[in-house]
Amino acid sequence: MDARVTVAQTTKAASQREADEPHSLVVRFGLDQPLAMDAGVSLAPLTIAYQTYGTLNADKSNAILVCHALTGDQHVASDHPITKKPGWWWIMVGPGRPIDTNRYFVISTNVVGGCMGTTGPASLNPATGRPYGLDLPLVTIRDMVNAQAMLIDHLGIETLFCVAGGSMGGMQVLQWAASFPSRVFAALPIATAAKHSSQNIAFHEVGRQAIMADPNWCQGRYLEEGVFPTKGLSVARMAAHITYMSDEALQSKFGRKLQGREAPTFSFDADFQIENYLRHQGTSFVDRFDANSYLYVTRACDYFDLAADYGGSLALAFKGTKTRFCVVSFQSDWLYTTAASRAIVHALNAGGASVSFVDIETDRGHDAFLLNEPEFIATTRGFLDAAARARGLPPAKGSSRTESPEEETL
Amino acid sequence: MAEGQNSRKRRAAFPAPRVDELLIADMVEPRSRVLDVGCGDGTLLHLLSEDRGVDARGIELSQRGVNDCVAKGLSVIQGDADTDLEGYPDDAFDYVILSQTLQATRRPRQVLEHMLRIGRHAIVSFPNFGHWRIRAQLALLGHMPITHNLQAPWYDTPNIHFCTISDFLALAQTIDARIERGIALGRFGTPLRFSEPWIWNLFGEQGVFRLTRKE
Repeated sequence: MDARVTVAQTTKAASQREADEPHSLVVRFGLDQPLAMDAGVSLAPLTIAYQTYGTLNADKSNAILVCHALTGDQHVASDHPITKKPGWWWIMVGPGRPIDTNRYFVISTNVVGGCMGTTGPASLNPATGRPYGLDLPLVTIRDMVNAQAMLIDHLGIETLFCVAGGSMGGMQVLQWAASFPSRVFAALPIATAAKHSSQNIAFHEVGRQAIMADPNWCQGRYLEEGVFPTKGLSVARMAAHITYMSDEALQSKFGRKLQGREAPTFSFDADFQIENYLRHQGTSFVDRFDANSYLYVTRACDYFDLAADYGGSLALAFKGTKTRFCVVSFQSDWLYTTAASRAIVHALNAGGASVSFVDIETDRGHDAFLLNEPEFIATTRGFLDAAARARGLPPAKGSSRTESPEEETL
Repeated sequence: MAEGQNSRKRRAAFPAPRVDELLIADMVEPRSRVLDVGCGDGTLLHLLSEDRGVDARGIELSQRGVNDCVAKGLSVIQGDADTDLEGYPDDAFDYVILSQTLQATRRPRQVLEHMLRIGRHAIVSFPNFGHWRIRAQLALLGHMPITHNLQAPWYDTPNIHFCTISDFLALAQTIDARIERGIALGRFGTPLRFSEPWIWNLFGEQGVFRLTRKE
């Protein structure tokens, strides 16, 4: 028991350090370059933590911005500094992979409100010398995108070859295409929606309430109290994780199988394998993520409603756009459904955009965009190859396609 | 050199267009906006966008077809002609094309009506079930016809709503469509020289029609 606490505290401390001194590139914007936020206030100074892979070409036309999902980070294709696991999209990003780092220059940032080095609730508030906690203004998807644009400006890139991302990352892709149409040559929104449904908001609210009900949450001031709302954040993750998987996939993987026992114990132990699996997902998550960040990023998704910013018409958000879109959904995704993607496609069509739409046949649910789905990988590769030809990018030098990576397991 | 090889390879990825596809392409004004419903592997889309500078989009039901098209750089949406056309705004395209797909739709009339609403013109090509060979097979041999255009046996075909050229012309009248151009193709894909509807119906293996709304 004691040893476990020590290990947990050590990783917790590591994740705390990661918020202030991240293991990645960092750019700091001073008081003279504030981020004007949707909440009506300015955020300054602002730190953005990011990673890059590959080489930016001479005319800066091969940059791909990869936007991360809810609890993702900038470590797209490099090992996570806390968990030491491979980057969250290593299947998709790397030499010879669909987002080929021999050909493209890949940029990925930690979003504003995150906890991997970009200014977020765990960062120190220079005005008080304490962590922001809930003093950080509420962040929106547009704020995240505007901060990313500051980074892209800082890197001297005028037009991104592509902006790609799944889930909350897909929302950022849509926002990029709407806010900066001339700066996005191609857009790849995956497993996403132009607004949260009531059910989406409901699940996020369950997660937030779990965190805020934890006595260790301390009204968001837990970092100063030296405690952590482990239980609450873990429950939030468990609830969310269910929404990432399909009933079918859960059934075939776990069914009603018992974990390490022959018969039920007639107690509230984790008798079923699925319980054990969820508890593991919950406890391993708290090591790498900040509870307040979870509140902020879920709220950002809930507030996202792209059409609302354009008089209620999603088509107006994309009117006259020259960006080439490829929208991808997964048939068994019940969090961001095929219907939600179809609504985006119809709006793009009505707006006259060049758009492709692929609904991938899979039983793996929302998480499919992180897994080795051959049809999805082929779609991404084909779309990017064709867009690269249209943009006049030369093929990758001396790179042969690497074999499909090993199957990721749930 | 490498460039040349590349573009040769790309061209090779597209099979030669069918005769009806060439005729359809002829009916489309250059640089217009086109939606190809049931675009398959994208041959017609490619022909339109490469040779006629058309802003061409596609809808295709099969994932294989969509992936093929997206990989070739075409704008294609995975979708179902029977359900998805509803969401398209009026007059979104200059031409909406349905090549060799009408007979595979569940509600051909509604599909045709949507096409005329979404596009200023609709272009449809379909196999003519009134062709004398088909009539002969059914009348004399007593089995569902199998021809080089319709090779699948009755239990294994995506085609569920066959019609003859006469039936199609009657449907066009019912939904207030005006035939702008019509061509019937004979055995070897050559247009028939006579334009009497009964000759089309008897000797045409396929019909290609461009329709528009009656004012």
